[in-house]
Amino acid sequence: MRFDVAGKSVYAYSGTRAFVRGRPTVVLVHGAANDHGVFAYQSRYFAWHGMNCVAVDLPGHGRSGGDALESVEALADWLRDVFDALDVPEVHLVGHSLGSLAALECASRHGERVRRLALLGPSVPMPVSDDLLGAAARNDHVAYELINAWSFAAGSQIGGNPVPGMWMTGNAMRLMERTHDGVLSTDLVACNRYANGLEAAARVRCPTLVILGARDIMAPTRNAKALIDALPDVTTVTLPETGHSLMAERPDQVLDALRRFLPVNPAT
Amino acid sequence: MTTRPKTHRFDTLSLHAGSRPDPATGARATPIYQTTSFVFPDTDHAAALFNMERPGHVYSRLSNPTCAVLEERIAALEGGIGAIATASGQAALHLAIVTLMSAGSHIVASRSLYGGSHNLLDYTLPRFGIETTFVDPRDLDAWAGAIRPNTRLLFGETLGNPGLEVLDIARVAALAHANGLPLLVDSTFTTPWLIRPFEHGADLVVHSATKFLSGHGTVIGGLLVDAGTFDWNADGVREKFPTLTQPYAGFHDMVFAEESSTGAFLLRARREGVRDFGACMAPMTAFHILQGIETLPVRMARHVENARAIVAFLREHPFVSDVGYPELATHPDNALAARLLPRGAGAVFSFNLRGTREQGRRFIEALRLFSHLANVGDAKSLVIHPASTTHFRMSGDDLRRAGITEGTIRLSIGLEDRADLIDDLSRALNAASKA
Repeated sequence: MRFDVAGKSVYAYSGTRAFVRGRPTVVLVHGAANDHGVFAYQSRYFAWHGMNCVAVDLPGHGRSGGDALESVEALADWLRDVFDALDVPEVHLVGHSLGSLAALECASRHGERVRRLALLGPSVPMPVSDDLLGAAARNDHVAYELINAWSFAAGSQIGGNPVPGMWMTGNAMRLMERTHDGVLSTDLVACNRYANGLEAAARVRCPTLVILGARDIMAPTRNAKALIDALPDVTTVTLPETGHSLMAERPDQVLDALRRFLPVNPAT
Repeated sequence: MTTRPKTHRFDTLSLHAGSRPDPATGARATPIYQTTSFVFPDTDHAAALFNMERPGHVYSRLSNPTCAVLEERIAALEGGIGAIATASGQAALHLAIVTLMSAGSHIVASRSLYGGSHNLLDYTLPRFGIETTFVDPRDLDAWAGAIRPNTRLLFGETLGNPGLEVLDIARVAALAHANGLPLLVDSTFTTPWLIRPFEHGADLVVHSATKFLSGHGTVIGGLLVDAGTFDWNADGVREKFPTLTQPYAGFHDMVFAEESSTGAFLLRARREGVRDFGACMAPMTAFHILQGIETLPVRMARHVENARAIVAFLREHPFVSDVGYPELATHPDNALAARLLPRGAGAVFSFNLRGTREQGRRFIEALRLFSHLANVGDAKSLVIHPASTTHFRMSGDDLRRAGITEGTIRLSIGLEDRADLIDDLSRALNAASKA
């Protein structure tokens, strides 16, 4: 589906289902240098089980127009604009990595619009190494290589993809390589600079699900502890032998955690 | 300067990529999942698998755990995003074509192709409305001149068959991309150990895994690998590939290029091509190919070393008029081969006898170690006479254009002691010269 936000065209994957007014809506927000495709399986499940699914491509990513937004706060307000463009009073909001920070900040700023919040691979703060920031600023391919090396658990690096026939790290690399110069740098700087996470967490009023990868190097589980402590109504699921690419490494387990948390209608 | 992270290297990936110890039994070798189907835990899970809401195996025509290990492994070795294992190399080529195009489409292909591929393109696909123009693989102007508005694919072999024309992948890929088209490369003769076509700009790779990948002449199988780089949805491109960019009624109006920016081609190939045409690989076959790939690096090194020794012997033999091997200065693609194939130009090559067709027959029949059969890439050395066998359907003109004469002999050099191979060839050449 396509719609406009602030005069820019936005693409969102809907699971090949029409948007039905009145149905619960789940908005899924990808991470740095990614697009809607990272949520493909989860998106289709929700879309075919009684929900409107809106897996957005953030500005400057995937099929959406505009430039990448430079701060988590700007992304949070952009998400509110997405809800307005869809004309939905409230949504269930799911974010991964950078998307989890945007979702967290959105739930804090626009709490009346977020019914339930799911944070996948969050870290507060989310510091980014100088090496990675520098490589991304230079549009050096090594930035993608570092992210790939740090985003998959050791077992996933060798394969055994739950998706038959797909080479997980190769696919992740190609997805990042599709982003325009500067986008990864903008995304990583936004992660690195975001300092409001704990305050935002304390203001969240909706139930929150946190899904962590036990072997996450990009956003280590210890960096989520303060966030979890600050959230007033939180459920935490930690997936063993899993890195930062939760949806790719453990698509079923991520879906199972989300479907227990969101108002899925199995009968539809 | 940022330090590159360490990732697994080729030899390690040859042994491990895609495979983990079996979670059920701890078996270290990849188990052969000899089953047609997989039990669903519940009805919701079953529906989710069918509707691509969950990944997993349903029915072994669509996917199978043993085949999936092989698919991951070849994707890792080629530097791609994924692969589909097929019943044969021909099935892989067919799957690539039917995934990309329909009746009314056109292909530009090298004229130096495996005879079976030539048959498919020249004789069979026109019956289904897909035409091919064959061009000299070395002539970039010919490639460019053959592209039409309805062209949907450029196709060549890394090393042409049997003349070993070296495909200048980067230049042909650049031409393809400038015209909004993908380049498909058959890398059967080279395997990823000798060249990784994606690193030079190719978009899709097919293998006859029957050859060097399995390596022992025991199974028939094919592999289709996607680099994940081609942008099917780019302006000026998406209209050419409605199979990937328009809703597909055969799967709830799924638009594959929306489903996955990178994996659209493989999604359609599996969800339609393998599902409907059904040319899947058997799990036992996948197991044999995996066993072969485990030793691919050491085998290929030995294949190439032996081939070089045999080439050196033949080019000095008085009953041999010429040897066509890209590492020789006399080969037209010598410089290109040195650049693209630094590890070697493979282990399949042809040479011409100074003699009659009858002497050629005597040569082949006098060989004792070389097996006379229609295959290449076996651990055992092989020999064949292309004009009367693999390329017998081609006209005289087509044969000449493909560099094949009545006296052309093709060898596939195996892993025997090279001195024994030279003894065998020497004996047969003497016998032929006296015939």
